[in-house]
Amino acid sequence: MIQQTSEADKRPVPSPAAGALLTGQFLVGLLGLAVTLGLLWLGFIYLRGARETSVLNAVIAIVWGVGGVGALFVTGNTVIESLPPYWRDRVRPFLFFLPGVGILFLFLMIPTLITLYQSFFNNDTTEFVGLNNYIATFTDRSMLESFRNNLIWLFLGTAGCVVLGLLIAVLADRSRFEVVAKAIIFLPMAISLVGASVIWRFMYAYAPPGQPQIGLQNAIITAFGIPPQSWLTLQPWNNLFLILVMIWGSTGFAMVLFSAALKGVPADITEAAQVDGATEVQTFFQIIIPYIQGTILTVTTTIAIGTLKIFDVVYVMTGGQYGTSVVGTEFYRQFFTNRNFGYGSAIAIVLFIAISPVIVYNLRQLQKQEGF
Amino acid sequence: MATMATTRPGRRSGSRLLRDVLINGSLAILCILWLIPLLGLLISSFRERADIATSGWWTIFPHREYVTESQIDLGRGFPVDQPITLDQLGVTVTDDQLRAGYTLPDGRRVIWANRRARLIDVQSQQWAANTNFTLGNYQAVLLGQQYTYTLEDGSTRTEQGENMGKAFLNSLTVTIPATVIPILLAAFAAYAFAWMRFPGRRLMFAMVVGLLVIPSQVAMIPLLRTFSGMQVTGTFLALWLVHTGFGLSLAIYLLYNYISGLPREILESAFIDGASPFTMFMRLILPLSVPALASFAIFQFMWVWNDYLNALIFLGSAPDQQVVTIKLAQMIGSRGQDWHLLTAGGFVSMVLPLIVFFSLQRYFVRGLLAGSVKG
Repeated sequence: MIQQTSEADKRPVPSPAAGALLTGQFLVGLLGLAVTLGLLWLGFIYLRGARETSVLNAVIAIVWGVGGVGALFVTGNTVIESLPPYWRDRVRPFLFFLPGVGILFLFLMIPTLITLYQSFFNNDTTEFVGLNNYIATFTDRSMLESFRNNLIWLFLGTAGCVVLGLLIAVLADRSRFEVVAKAIIFLPMAISLVGASVIWRFMYAYAPPGQPQIGLQNAIITAFGIPPQSWLTLQPWNNLFLILVMIWGSTGFAMVLFSAALKGVPADITEAAQVDGATEVQTFFQIIIPYIQGTILTVTTTIAIGTLKIFDVVYVMTGGQYGTSVVGTEFYRQFFTNRNFGYGSAIAIVLFIAISPVIVYNLRQLQKQEGF
Repeated sequence: MATMATTRPGRRSGSRLLRDVLINGSLAILCILWLIPLLGLLISSFRERADIATSGWWTIFPHREYVTESQIDLGRGFPVDQPITLDQLGVTVTDDQLRAGYTLPDGRRVIWANRRARLIDVQSQQWAANTNFTLGNYQAVLLGQQYTYTLEDGSTRTEQGENMGKAFLNSLTVTIPATVIPILLAAFAAYAFAWMRFPGRRLMFAMVVGLLVIPSQVAMIPLLRTFSGMQVTGTFLALWLVHTGFGLSLAIYLLYNYISGLPREILESAFIDGASPFTMFMRLILPLSVPALASFAIFQFMWVWNDYLNALIFLGSAPDQQVVTIKLAQMIGSRGQDWHLLTAGGFVSMVLPLIVFFSLQRYFVRGLLAGSVKG
């Protein structure tokens, strides 16, 4: 699929002295590269000190980031174009992929390895403690509570989003108001989970009996004579009310993906089934579901990962109190509040291990892809 | 088509109608359920402080409610531990009944107006709608000015408003560079992965894919410690760097899928014309990839604007720098019952992503479809 080197061999050689280094261009490029790196460093120092909000600083940041990267590529390319062809074609790919992949390496790959290393050490990484952090992770009462809650999130949150998303996608597919309905269900995707938390805290608002209820949920139940409830402190059901916020926010995601998949089911298959006398329900479960199972898997894993990492909703609405803590909030508490880096790292690694099957699956899929 | 419609049996079209009603009906119910929470916030943000605290937002719609038509003054110190006879109305009621409101045979209701002063309201049901709207909440929440309001007893109180406007600018300051910077980096890398051969290409790309779903928590502790050592923590720079780093794997993956799918013929003819890979990238690949770049940009914009955890850890909640999500979360903590501020502030935090969503929905959905592997 990719045969650039052979194509490159065919094309006319543009340089006057093939096979030689263009010294002048090489030096100019090298100088430019050095100047660019110097400017990037100066920009870094300046932006590090810029703590004020100002439009100017944001503009400088864009010029620094985009312009710096652009200048890096231009000067780097000048250097590379001055090299003898043999080297030119070998070095060039590195110029193209190294900045991006290098940042990925610096910001994700290496930190992950350091986290793994630190998880075997005490709170400030001064003393090796072996597996103690992991033992604590799986025996600590508050951690066990988080694991329990995260499992509830994983099953109910994922199931809720997938089932509702599929249901709405199917209904919308058969409705004349498809566009409007899909936009409405999808709308919360644009809202931050913190914003969604405000919205739902208002829905769950509680006032003592006898006072006017301004939260819709309590207004409804008091209209039926049931005393008002403080939903967010009502253990263990409060977990469900938090999960509801996430379902409200993420069902749109599932729906959009399912909707696209449903459009890809060939009409002649479903029509043939119906001609053979299959009911609509039979067609759905025996033909459509198997046909879109790939999408179902993608949606399920994506939302499952989201529930495992959940932090915002719980932290903003209950602070992880009243029996609602999850792994995300426990990680934050150990890492940021208690400054226990070893324990925090161990929790992060557990989270990583929980998600790793998806990583393995993605890599397997990649292997099957053509060209890899 | 027309002939088909006329030959369709009547019974069939009847069941078709029922099916249509069922489908559209249940879809409508779901849509209403989805909209209600958002509607409550939006409506409340325009209601007076006192109205929000004493009546539900749905009372802006016409409804039957008890309106006081007269009052009965029992006189201070009137004993309430035994049944109270109201001669004017010819009934005897208990204290508890007056607390909850006691309905008279004629449909009117008696209820304590002020139990300590022994004042009773006599109310009747009337149609009403609380359509008392104001922009005051937005004034109070946006600019950090002092604002004054009247309490139930007629006295006035002055409070410091919230400076959500500043947080809004901070969010813009964080979001725009954090959206723009990764794009060029990712496009170059995606081009290399798609159209160049080099040692380690498979391994590097496997790393990109492997890092797609990695939880950012895994990288957070070492990054924060390094940033603190470099005195970057607590600056916008920290968030620009972090979001660039965390967004790059998705960006490279998305753009790779797009760029590797570009027709080979275009690139080959450019090669034959003697264009260098760099020129080809700038003149050909980049302009052709605009739809994919836009999809990623919108995805990343939403991601960064709505991010809370990274902002909390790397930028913090210093008043001068906090972004809208931090500001809003802080308001929930400090003024959790001030719904006039929370609803208006909540809407301020959502308005920009909502505008982007409505105007560029197609690109956003496309980005979502292509990037659904990101966790």
